[in-house]
Amino acid sequence: MIVVFSLFLLSLLVVTAIAIVRSENLFSAVMLSGIFSLLMALNFFILDAADVALTEAAVGAGVSTVLLLGALALTPTEERRRKRERKVAATLVTVTMIFLAISYASFDQPRIGDPDAPVHRHVAPWYLEQTPELIDIPNVVTAVLGSFRGYDTLGEVYVVLTAGIGVLFLLSAGRPGLLPHRREPRIESSLKSHLIPHVVGRVLIPFIVLFGLYVQFHGEYGPGGGFQAGAIIAAGIILFALLEGEGAALKVLPPRVLVGLAIGGALLYLLVGVACMLLGGNFLDYSVLAADPVTGQQIGIILIELGVGLAVTGTLLSIFHAFAAREQ
Amino acid sequence: MEILGLYNYWVFGALLMIGFFALIARQNLVKKLLGLSIFQSAVFLLYISLAKVEGGTAPIILDPTAAEIFSNPLPQVLILTAIVVGISTTALGLAIVVRIREAYDTIEDDEIRRLDRRS
Repeated sequence: MIVVFSLFLLSLLVVTAIAIVRSENLFSAVMLSGIFSLLMALNFFILDAADVALTEAAVGAGVSTVLLLGALALTPTEERRRKRERKVAATLVTVTMIFLAISYASFDQPRIGDPDAPVHRHVAPWYLEQTPELIDIPNVVTAVLGSFRGYDTLGEVYVVLTAGIGVLFLLSAGRPGLLPHRREPRIESSLKSHLIPHVVGRVLIPFIVLFGLYVQFHGEYGPGGGFQAGAIIAAGIILFALLEGEGAALKVLPPRVLVGLAIGGALLYLLVGVACMLLGGNFLDYSVLAADPVTGQQIGIILIELGVGLAVTGTLLSIFHAFAAREQ
Repeated sequence: MEILGLYNYWVFGALLMIGFFALIARQNLVKKLLGLSIFQSAVFLLYISLAKVEGGTAPIILDPTAAEIFSNPLPQVLILTAIVVGISTTALGLAIVVRIREAYDTIEDDEIRRLDRRS
């Protein structure tokens, strides 16, 4: 049964992707990409990746759709009518050939789920065996993310921060004089006048943020962690901004605080690494943080997950506000 | 039944090429970015599919003594962080598109090139 279901979900992914490429209205393409992300999250869940599914649902279906809509408010929402071009036909042929080549190559690959596939015989068994002993937290994904491959995660956090800084630089610069007053000053854009989204949303926001905090601090025991929590909390506050208007959200969390959160979170991660060095261990080797190495590991993971959560929340909200501020 | 174990690879290939097609054949910059994110999702799907173990469950060890089969945690970690990095880079791309629109008043690739050539 589950096989049929997963084949169905995978096929839906392809159908949705084709619909995204074909649609000429960018607004519907963005909505379809939200659906695409949600389907992707379901697929991840069926493939046993609970943590990844949570991230994809929060980031892909939530935050990314809002950011794309924010960008569409500043750009035309209709694609220019396409002429039939020869180039398109040639591309289609090439792309189909490559697809056939990939499918042909798949016959040499191990079947999905094969326990003897090379990917399962490398370091993965070691992680699964050593996690209960060395770190003693149930969620192996968090253990690998925070401790075994903590250096990797540090880099990812700084990539996110750098991208956020780039967006702020690009969008905070003054407008060129090319398009003076194209847009009529918009009425305080919010859903205040729409009763049902307003009432339902207001009830939901506290629970979304609470769930985000749960995901943050329960990440060692269940699916979750800083990346997911950051995206979920950011989504909750973005919902608040959509319901109550930009100004109300900025009053709660001013831009300076958001940038501070992003940088503070990233610095917290780095400082934990440096603290490990000062205490005589290696960079990001948390064992030295407490008398007992296992407790030290747990303290380190909780601290760096907190740093990740703060950095992701701060960056995503800063990006959202940068797009929203550009509209005014 | 055996052949269905390869279905994920085919979906991966199809998504990869659909995204690639949008990236090359569509002139609209937002459409290109959507294509890029489909391309990216295809890679995510490949990694997560590789992590799956038959009869396994999510790698959360609640009872270390029980003999359970777990899926591979490593690809999941890699993709987890990649998703968040992906949205940040998409946002950066969108910011560039917004600035291009302000400077050229269009987000169609060929028109931008025509305007560039004229000046």
